[in-house]
Amino acid sequence: MRAVEDALGVTIPNNARILRNILEGIQYVQDHVIHFYHLHALDWVDVVSALDADPAGTSELAQSISDWPKSSTTYFQGVKDRLAAYVNSGQLGPFGNAYWGHPAYKLPPEANLMAVAHYLEALDWQRDVIRAHALLGSKNPHLQTYLAGGMATPIDPTSQAAINADTIAMLKDLFGRAKTFVDKVYLPDVLAVAPFYLEWAGIGGGDGNFLSYGDFPEADGTQWLPSGYIIGKDLSKVYPVDQNEITEHVSHSWYEYDDESKGLHPYDGETRPKYTGPEPPYNYLNVEDKYTWMKAPRVGKNPMEVGPLARMLVAYASGHKRVVETVDFVLGALSKAAGASIGAEALFSTLGRTAARCIETVVTAEKLNGWVDELAASIASGDYEIHANEMWDPNNWPAEAKCWGFTEAPRGSLGHWIHIKDQKIENYQAIVPSTWNCSPRDSLNQPGPYEAALVGTPIADEKMPLEVLRTIHSFDPCMACGVHLLDVDGNEINQISLDAADHFSNPLLRMRGKSNITESGPACGCS
Amino acid sequence: MAKVSPADSNFTNNAYADRVLDGSPVQTLILGVGNLLMSDEGVGVHVIQRLVADYQLPEEVQVLDGGTLGMDLLYYLEGTENLLLIDAVQASKEPGTLVRLEGEDVPAFMSIKISPHQLGVPDMLAAAHLMDVYPQRIVLWGVQPELMEIGLDLSPTVEVKVDTIIENILDQLQAWGHTLTPQEMPV
Repeated sequence: MRAVEDALGVTIPNNARILRNILEGIQYVQDHVIHFYHLHALDWVDVVSALDADPAGTSELAQSISDWPKSSTTYFQGVKDRLAAYVNSGQLGPFGNAYWGHPAYKLPPEANLMAVAHYLEALDWQRDVIRAHALLGSKNPHLQTYLAGGMATPIDPTSQAAINADTIAMLKDLFGRAKTFVDKVYLPDVLAVAPFYLEWAGIGGGDGNFLSYGDFPEADGTQWLPSGYIIGKDLSKVYPVDQNEITEHVSHSWYEYDDESKGLHPYDGETRPKYTGPEPPYNYLNVEDKYTWMKAPRVGKNPMEVGPLARMLVAYASGHKRVVETVDFVLGALSKAAGASIGAEALFSTLGRTAARCIETVVTAEKLNGWVDELAASIASGDYEIHANEMWDPNNWPAEAKCWGFTEAPRGSLGHWIHIKDQKIENYQAIVPSTWNCSPRDSLNQPGPYEAALVGTPIADEKMPLEVLRTIHSFDPCMACGVHLLDVDGNEINQISLDAADHFSNPLLRMRGKSNITESGPACGCS
Repeated sequence: MAKVSPADSNFTNNAYADRVLDGSPVQTLILGVGNLLMSDEGVGVHVIQRLVADYQLPEEVQVLDGGTLGMDLLYYLEGTENLLLIDAVQASKEPGTLVRLEGEDVPAFMSIKISPHQLGVPDMLAAAHLMDVYPQRIVLWGVQPELMEIGLDLSPTVEVKVDTIIENILDQLQAWGHTLTPQEMPV
């Protein structure tokens, strides 16, 4: 959409700019909370251990870290009873599909019970919060209001079917509740769990290159979250992003280029699949050869990590006031818990990635109602414009146009490159966040962020590589949302295996079974 | 009147959701899940589309296209007494084989996964247990897929089973006390 707008030289109306910031902002908040509670927390929280908790102890713990009202002994007893009923219902077997009881779980039972309660509360919370998407975009996911030139959601204070004063009031109410949960549950939980896992502030860091395109355009033309990139964990220098420096390599990917010794810029990008990997049952993957459907994007010669940690580091190094304050607050709280000074270098880690996602959620949740106020003020001034339609008719297009559009999706930098010729798409390439993070080696044999981050990861039990999942999950991978085949045999569907034959000295993550269908890519587009 | 909601519709924009929000009882929910873009993976959705095209459903029976949603389907279980789930299943059987599971034989567990996008029906049913919205009765009609590639059509092997699945759905609904009438054919 932004690629097309850029190609056709369209400036979207002010209201559309604000509305996009609101929708993207609440998407960050909802996505990050769900990632933490429904995917990542189970890497740190042993659900079965919660059955040994003393609910009074959980209540005491909860009240010591937050004034969130759902914290009584009775409340936690109720959660424990329901968990016990479920575990004892004869469905315990399937619990074997997770790593419960793994020695790397460190939380006391009382903290585990608190986390289970918040896992369930987050389910209720997200239903509420994401109503903003239904309200403004008709539905979630896959909002129906975005279109090149602006938005399709009409603004009309006199209509019940458009954005009006009621909509503004509802948004403010929803966002207020979203912020309360983030401040009183998510942030305190992260600060309470992290001290048990401080060694993870030294694991999973990788090469330390971070990219953010920047996003959330403000009225004055600046971006609320700044753009830039950082090389080799050096926060003293933020380099400006020049999209001309971006290329994609396929020397280790199942595609072919005429010359695979170098990368191609997305304008000249090619996607010619050529599978040369193993046939089922996939016992061995030769990573010296081609080994993935991911291409290897690079800025100049550098692989780049993208996502909340990258955005927060670029903002921190750029002196973004609220990010600096919130990062320092979190580092201060962790230092206090650890009884030792923990500096910004701790952010280059698995724990840092998880903390940065929470920090980003805090600053975004508090920013949301500012944008709602801005939208309300714009409407009050009599501006109802939401779409610039002068280029809607292809007859108004130039004969040829090449442009790129970018955003910072919840998972990181997302770029689309379009070449329009004679009113048709001549070439279209996208580099999505998980491609940056999951990138294989390039033609210089440099690993991508996942691979680099896994080097040196301690593994307690190689049959149950929980530690690998912690780091991979900390990136928030996007995959496999397009296939949900139900396995009625109770088999493992995702098999995570460590390949000792990997010459790269790092565990190689691979998945077998139905997840191979992810070759076709995600269906949701959020990547 | 029964409706098929868009695969990932939110609860504020369809009649079914309004009932959920109102707290009106939805006795029976027929939930077809799967990805229409992945041939046999989408059989659950194909089946409910056919069902709604061919039959008039009573008020208390609701039909929902669950698409590839996982956890988000949880909210539709509130107030549901009977859940009839239609899905493609991995049962290690010949393609096209129909599988019927009932009650706690329907998988409900939290599994290892790489991405939150892999949260599926078993995770959703596990959460339903923990949130006290697990239906009183649950039946799964599943089909072993043959083709799991990009494509809008079912494989012939699975396509010929659709009528049988619909018959099974009708039998199940009858067992639960609902009566369906065929849609009147346009003249």
